[in-house]
Amino acid sequence: MHIMEGYLPVEHALGWTAASAPFVVAGVRRLKRLFEEAPETKLLLAASGAFAFVLSALKLPSVTGSCSHPTGCGLGAVLFGPSAMAVLGTIVLVFQALLLAHGGITTLGANVFSMAIVGPWVAYGLWRLCRRLGLPMAVAIFLAASLGDLATYLTTSVQLAVAFPDPATGIAGALAKFAAIFAVTQIPLAVAEGLLTVVVMNTLASISRPELTRLAILGKEGRS
Amino acid sequence: MSALLRNLGLLVLAASIVTFPLLMPKPPGDFTGADSKAQAAIDESGYKPWFTPIWAPPSSEIASLLFALQAALGAGLLGYYFGLRRGQAEGRKRDAAS
Repeated sequence: MHIMEGYLPVEHALGWTAASAPFVVAGVRRLKRLFEEAPETKLLLAASGAFAFVLSALKLPSVTGSCSHPTGCGLGAVLFGPSAMAVLGTIVLVFQALLLAHGGITTLGANVFSMAIVGPWVAYGLWRLCRRLGLPMAVAIFLAASLGDLATYLTTSVQLAVAFPDPATGIAGALAKFAAIFAVTQIPLAVAEGLLTVVVMNTLASISRPELTRLAILGKEGRS
Repeated sequence: MSALLRNLGLLVLAASIVTFPLLMPKPPGDFTGADSKAQAAIDESGYKPWFTPIWAPPSSEIASLLFALQAALGAGLLGYYFGLRRGQAEGRKRDAAS
Protein backbone atom coordinates (compact mmCIF):
# COMPACT_ATOMS: atom_id res chain seq x y z
CA MET A 1 0.00 0.00 0.00
CA HIS A 2 3.01 2.29 -0.05
CA ILE A 3 2.63 4.95 -2.69
CA MET A 4 6.21 5.59 -3.74
CA GLU A 5 7.99 8.92 -3.29
CA GLY A 6 6.84 11.48 -5.86
CA TYR A 7 4.13 9.19 -7.25
CA LEU A 8 1.24 11.49 -6.43
CA PRO A 9 0.67 14.84 -8.17
CA VAL A 10 1.56 17.77 -5.90
CA GLU A 11 -2.04 18.83 -5.18
CA HIS A 12 -3.00 15.24 -4.25
CA ALA A 13 0.04 14.90 -2.00
CA LEU A 14 -0.87 18.14 -0.22
CA GLY A 15 -4.56 17.24 -0.02
CA TRP A 16 -3.93 13.86 1.66
CA THR A 17 -1.42 15.45 4.02
CA ALA A 18 -4.03 18.03 5.05
CA ALA A 19 -6.63 15.28 5.46
CA SER A 20 -4.36 13.14 7.66
CA ALA A 21 -2.86 15.86 9.87
CA PRO A 22 -5.89 16.42 12.16
CA PHE A 23 -6.15 12.67 12.86
CA VAL A 24 -2.49 12.48 13.85
CA VAL A 25 -2.81 15.58 16.06
CA ALA A 26 -5.91 14.09 17.72
CA GLY A 27 -3.95 10.86 18.21
CA VAL A 28 -1.07 12.65 19.94
CA ARG A 29 -3.55 14.28 22.33
CA ARG A 30 -5.27 10.95 22.96
CA LEU A 31 -1.91 9.33 23.77
CA LYS A 32 -0.97 12.19 26.11
CA ARG A 33 -4.21 11.63 28.02
CA LEU A 34 -3.65 7.88 28.06
CA PHE A 35 -0.14 8.34 29.50
CA GLU A 36 -1.57 10.52 32.29
CA GLU A 37 -4.60 8.38 33.11
CA ALA A 38 -3.24 4.89 32.56
CA PRO A 39 0.56 4.93 32.47
CA GLU A 40 0.54 1.18 33.20
CA THR A 41 -0.70 0.56 29.64
CA LYS A 42 2.34 2.22 28.02
CA LEU A 43 4.17 -1.04 27.48
CA LEU A 44 1.14 -2.63 25.82
CA LEU A 45 0.92 0.39 23.54
CA ALA A 46 4.58 -0.08 22.62
CA ALA A 47 3.90 -3.78 21.98
CA SER A 48 0.98 -2.87 19.68
CA GLY A 49 3.27 -0.54 17.77
CA ALA A 50 5.89 -3.29 17.63
CA PHE A 51 3.29 -5.66 16.16
CA ALA A 52 2.63 -3.19 13.33
CA PHE A 53 6.38 -2.71 12.94
CA VAL A 54 7.00 -6.44 12.46
CA LEU A 55 4.04 -7.15 10.21
CA SER A 56 4.66 -4.23 7.89
CA ALA A 57 8.25 -5.44 7.39
CA LEU A 58 7.10 -8.86 6.14
CA LYS A 59 6.45 -8.99 2.42
CA LEU A 60 4.41 -12.11 1.94
CA PRO A 61 3.60 -13.99 -1.27
CA SER A 62 0.00 -14.06 -2.43
CA VAL A 63 -1.92 -16.27 -4.87
CA THR A 64 -1.88 -13.43 -7.42
CA GLY A 65 1.87 -13.92 -7.81
CA SER A 66 2.66 -10.60 -6.14
CA CYS A 67 4.05 -9.89 -2.72
CA SER A 68 2.56 -7.49 -0.24
CA HIS A 69 2.62 -6.92 3.50
CA PRO A 70 0.06 -6.92 6.30
CA THR A 71 -0.27 -3.70 8.28
CA GLY A 72 -0.70 -4.94 11.86
CA CYS A 73 -2.83 -1.89 12.66
CA GLY A 74 -5.99 -3.70 13.73
CA LEU A 75 -4.60 -4.85 17.09
CA GLY A 76 -3.69 -1.38 18.36
CA ALA A 77 -6.93 0.08 17.00
CA VAL A 78 -9.03 -2.41 18.97
CA LEU A 79 -6.97 -2.03 22.16
CA PHE A 80 -6.32 1.71 22.21
CA GLY A 81 -8.78 3.17 19.70
CA PRO A 82 -8.11 4.32 16.15
CA SER A 83 -6.63 7.71 17.11
CA ALA A 84 -3.71 6.09 18.89
CA MET A 85 -2.99 4.00 15.82
CA ALA A 86 -2.78 7.13 13.64
CA VAL A 87 0.35 8.05 15.59
CA LEU A 88 1.90 4.58 15.72
CA GLY A 89 1.22 3.95 12.02
CA THR A 90 2.79 7.29 11.13
CA ILE A 91 5.95 6.36 13.02
CA VAL A 92 6.20 3.09 11.07
CA LEU A 93 5.65 4.89 7.75
CA VAL A 94 8.24 7.59 8.51
CA PHE A 95 10.82 4.92 9.36
CA GLN A 96 10.16 3.13 6.07
CA ALA A 97 10.11 6.35 4.02
CA LEU A 98 13.40 7.67 5.39
CA LEU A 99 15.46 4.51 5.85
CA LEU A 100 14.04 2.13 3.25
CA ALA A 101 12.96 4.47 0.44
CA HIS A 102 9.68 2.61 0.84
CA GLY A 103 6.81 5.05 0.52
CA GLY A 104 7.95 8.65 0.78
CA ILE A 105 7.74 12.01 2.47
CA THR A 106 5.62 13.56 -0.30
CA THR A 107 3.26 10.56 -0.19
CA LEU A 108 3.35 10.21 3.61
CA GLY A 109 -0.03 11.93 4.03
CA ALA A 110 -1.73 9.56 1.60
CA ASN A 111 -0.06 6.48 3.11
CA VAL A 112 -0.91 7.59 6.66
CA PHE A 113 -4.51 8.08 5.54
CA SER A 114 -4.84 4.53 4.21
CA MET A 115 -2.76 2.59 6.76
CA ALA A 116 -2.97 4.62 9.96
CA ILE A 117 -6.45 6.15 9.65
CA VAL A 118 -8.87 4.22 7.40
CA GLY A 119 -7.56 0.76 8.38
CA PRO A 120 -7.71 1.39 12.15
CA TRP A 121 -11.15 3.11 11.97
CA VAL A 122 -12.62 0.23 9.97
CA ALA A 123 -11.06 -2.26 12.39
CA TYR A 124 -12.33 -0.37 15.43
CA GLY A 125 -15.82 0.10 13.98
CA LEU A 126 -16.14 -3.59 13.10
CA TRP A 127 -14.86 -4.58 16.54
CA ARG A 128 -17.47 -2.45 18.28
CA LEU A 129 -20.21 -3.67 15.94
CA CYS A 130 -19.33 -7.35 16.37
CA ARG A 131 -19.18 -7.02 20.15
CA ARG A 132 -22.56 -5.28 20.20
CA LEU A 133 -23.99 -8.11 18.12
CA GLY A 134 -22.66 -10.48 20.76
CA LEU A 135 -20.16 -12.27 18.52
CA PRO A 136 -17.29 -14.10 20.27
CA MET A 137 -14.10 -12.10 20.83
CA ALA A 138 -12.07 -14.23 18.40
CA VAL A 139 -14.55 -13.65 15.57
CA ALA A 140 -14.72 -9.93 16.29
CA ILE A 141 -10.92 -9.58 16.31
CA PHE A 142 -10.52 -11.64 13.16
CA LEU A 143 -13.02 -9.55 11.20
CA ALA A 144 -11.65 -6.28 12.57
CA ALA A 145 -8.00 -7.02 11.78
CA SER A 146 -8.50 -8.66 8.39
CA LEU A 147 -11.08 -6.24 7.00
CA GLY A 148 -9.19 -3.25 8.41
CA ASP A 149 -6.11 -4.48 6.54
CA LEU A 150 -8.14 -4.89 3.34
CA ALA A 151 -9.70 -1.44 3.75
CA THR A 152 -6.19 0.06 3.78
CA TYR A 153 -5.38 -1.49 0.42
CA LEU A 154 -8.72 -0.47 -1.07
CA THR A 155 -8.01 3.08 0.06
CA THR A 156 -4.61 3.04 -1.67
CA SER A 157 -6.32 1.81 -4.85
CA VAL A 158 -8.85 4.65 -4.67
CA GLN A 159 -6.11 7.22 -4.00
CA LEU A 160 -4.19 6.10 -7.09
CA ALA A 161 -7.32 5.82 -9.25
CA VAL A 162 -8.31 9.39 -8.41
CA ALA A 163 -4.78 10.65 -9.14
CA PHE A 164 -4.30 8.60 -12.31
CA PRO A 165 -7.67 8.05 -14.01
CA ASP A 166 -7.55 5.82 -17.07
CA PRO A 167 -7.68 7.93 -20.28
CA ALA A 168 -10.42 5.68 -21.72
CA THR A 169 -12.31 4.29 -18.73
CA GLY A 170 -11.77 7.08 -16.21
CA ILE A 171 -11.50 6.70 -12.45
CA ALA A 172 -13.61 3.51 -12.39
CA GLY A 173 -11.33 1.80 -14.90
CA ALA A 174 -8.23 2.89 -13.01
CA LEU A 175 -9.77 1.72 -9.73
CA ALA A 176 -10.33 -1.74 -11.22
CA LYS A 177 -6.68 -1.80 -12.33
CA PHE A 178 -5.18 -0.68 -9.02
CA ALA A 179 -7.58 -2.77 -6.93
CA ALA A 180 -6.52 -5.82 -8.96
CA ILE A 181 -2.90 -5.07 -8.03
CA PHE A 182 -3.43 -4.18 -4.35
CA ALA A 183 -6.73 -5.38 -2.96
CA VAL A 184 -6.95 -8.81 -4.62
CA THR A 185 -3.34 -9.59 -3.68
CA GLN A 186 -4.15 -8.56 -0.13
CA ILE A 187 -7.11 -10.91 0.48
CA PRO A 188 -5.13 -13.99 1.65
CA LEU A 189 -2.64 -11.78 3.51
CA ALA A 190 -5.49 -10.01 5.30
CA VAL A 191 -6.86 -13.40 6.38
CA ALA A 192 -3.40 -14.36 7.68
CA GLU A 193 -3.16 -11.07 9.59
CA GLY A 194 -6.61 -11.67 11.07
CA LEU A 195 -5.58 -15.12 12.33
CA LEU A 196 -2.32 -13.80 13.77
CA THR A 197 -4.13 -10.99 15.57
CA VAL A 198 -6.50 -13.53 17.12
CA VAL A 199 -3.49 -15.43 18.48
CA VAL A 200 -2.06 -12.24 19.99
CA MET A 201 -5.42 -11.32 21.57
CA ASN A 202 -5.81 -14.86 22.97
CA THR A 203 -2.41 -14.51 24.56
CA LEU A 204 -3.16 -11.04 25.92
CA ALA A 205 -6.42 -12.32 27.37
CA SER A 206 -4.51 -14.90 29.39
CA ILE A 207 -1.53 -12.81 30.57
CA SER A 208 -2.53 -9.13 30.40
CA ARG A 209 -5.84 -9.10 32.27
CA PRO A 210 -5.09 -5.98 34.37
CA GLU A 211 -4.25 -3.87 31.30
CA LEU A 212 -7.21 -5.11 29.26
CA THR A 213 -9.57 -4.39 32.15
CA ARG A 214 -8.08 -0.92 32.56
CA LEU A 215 -8.47 -0.18 28.84
CA ALA A 216 -12.04 -1.51 28.74
CA ILE A 217 -12.95 0.80 31.65
CA LEU A 218 -11.31 3.76 29.91
CA GLY A 219 -13.21 2.83 26.77
CA LYS A 220 -16.53 3.02 28.60
CA GLU A 221 -15.72 6.48 29.88
CA GLY A 222 -15.71 7.49 26.25
CA ARG A 223 -12.55 7.49 24.25
CA SER A 224 -11.88 10.12 21.62
CA MET B 1 -9.10 -27.95 22.96
CA SER B 2 -6.45 -26.25 25.01
CA ALA B 3 -5.63 -22.61 24.40
CA LEU B 4 -2.10 -23.53 23.32
CA LEU B 5 -3.32 -26.01 20.71
CA ARG B 6 -5.86 -23.52 19.38
CA ASN B 7 -3.19 -20.83 18.99
CA LEU B 8 -0.80 -23.30 17.34
CA GLY B 9 -3.55 -24.33 14.92
CA LEU B 10 -4.24 -20.70 14.01
CA LEU B 11 -0.52 -20.05 13.45
CA VAL B 12 -0.16 -23.13 11.23
CA LEU B 13 -3.21 -22.01 9.24
CA ALA B 14 -1.77 -18.50 8.78
CA ALA B 15 1.58 -19.96 7.72
CA SER B 16 -0.11 -22.30 5.20
CA ILE B 17 -2.00 -19.40 3.62
CA VAL B 18 1.21 -17.53 2.88
CA THR B 19 3.28 -20.58 1.82
CA PHE B 20 0.60 -21.98 -0.47
CA PRO B 21 1.35 -19.61 -3.41
CA LEU B 22 5.02 -20.71 -3.34
CA LEU B 23 4.06 -24.38 -3.53
CA MET B 24 1.62 -24.09 -6.42
CA PRO B 25 2.76 -26.38 -9.26
CA LYS B 26 2.69 -23.47 -11.70
CA PRO B 27 3.87 -20.28 -9.96
CA PRO B 28 1.15 -17.63 -10.35
CA GLY B 29 3.68 -14.87 -10.97
CA ASP B 30 7.16 -13.59 -10.24
CA PHE B 31 6.34 -12.51 -6.66
CA THR B 32 7.54 -8.95 -7.08
CA GLY B 33 5.98 -6.35 -4.82
CA ALA B 34 2.47 -5.02 -5.42
CA ASP B 35 3.88 -1.55 -4.66
CA SER B 36 6.31 -1.74 -7.59
CA LYS B 37 3.62 -3.19 -9.87
CA ALA B 38 1.44 -0.17 -9.13
CA GLN B 39 4.47 2.05 -9.73
CA ALA B 40 5.00 0.39 -13.14
CA ALA B 41 1.32 0.86 -14.03
CA ILE B 42 1.67 4.58 -13.26
CA ASP B 43 4.92 4.84 -15.25
CA GLU B 44 3.05 3.39 -18.24
CA SER B 45 0.73 6.38 -18.24
CA GLY B 46 3.75 8.59 -18.86
CA TYR B 47 3.74 10.16 -15.38
CA LYS B 48 7.09 11.45 -14.19
CA PRO B 49 7.54 11.52 -10.39
CA TRP B 50 8.38 15.03 -9.22
CA PHE B 51 10.32 14.02 -6.14
CA THR B 52 12.79 11.22 -5.51
CA PRO B 53 13.74 9.64 -2.17
CA ILE B 54 16.27 11.71 -0.22
CA TRP B 55 18.17 8.53 0.61
CA ALA B 56 17.73 5.00 -0.66
CA PRO B 57 19.50 1.82 0.44
CA PRO B 58 22.44 1.47 -1.99
CA SER B 59 21.88 -2.27 -2.59
CA SER B 60 19.27 -4.95 -1.99
CA GLU B 61 21.54 -6.31 0.77
CA ILE B 62 21.34 -3.04 2.67
CA ALA B 63 17.59 -2.90 2.07
CA SER B 64 17.13 -6.42 3.44
CA LEU B 65 19.36 -5.49 6.41
CA LEU B 66 17.04 -2.61 7.26
CA PHE B 67 13.87 -4.67 6.78
CA ALA B 68 15.32 -7.42 8.97
CA LEU B 69 16.23 -4.79 11.56
CA GLN B 70 12.67 -3.44 11.48
CA ALA B 71 11.23 -6.92 12.06
CA ALA B 72 13.82 -7.77 14.72
CA LEU B 73 13.18 -4.59 16.73
CA GLY B 74 9.44 -5.22 16.65
CA ALA B 75 9.75 -8.92 17.47
CA GLY B 76 12.24 -8.18 20.27
CA LEU B 77 9.90 -5.73 21.95
CA LEU B 78 6.92 -8.09 21.55
CA GLY B 79 8.94 -10.95 23.05
CA TYR B 80 9.99 -8.76 25.99
CA TYR B 81 6.37 -7.74 26.58
CA PHE B 82 4.96 -11.27 26.43
CA GLY B 83 7.75 -12.65 28.64
CA LEU B 84 7.32 -9.94 31.26
CA ARG B 85 3.53 -10.27 31.43
CA ARG B 86 3.63 -14.06 31.44
CA GLY B 87 5.97 -13.96 34.45
CA GLN B 88 3.78 -11.40 36.21
CA ALA B 89 0.63 -13.45 35.52
CA GLU B 90 2.31 -16.52 37.02
CA GLY B 91 3.38 -14.47 40.03
CA ARG B 92 -0.22 -13.34 40.56
CA LYS B 93 -1.41 -16.93 40.35
CA ARG B 94 1.20 -18.04 42.92
CA ASP B 95 0.27 -15.19 45.28
CA ALA B 96 -3.39 -16.13 45.00
CA ALA B 97 -2.58 -19.77 45.78
CA SER B 98 -0.43 -19.08 48.83
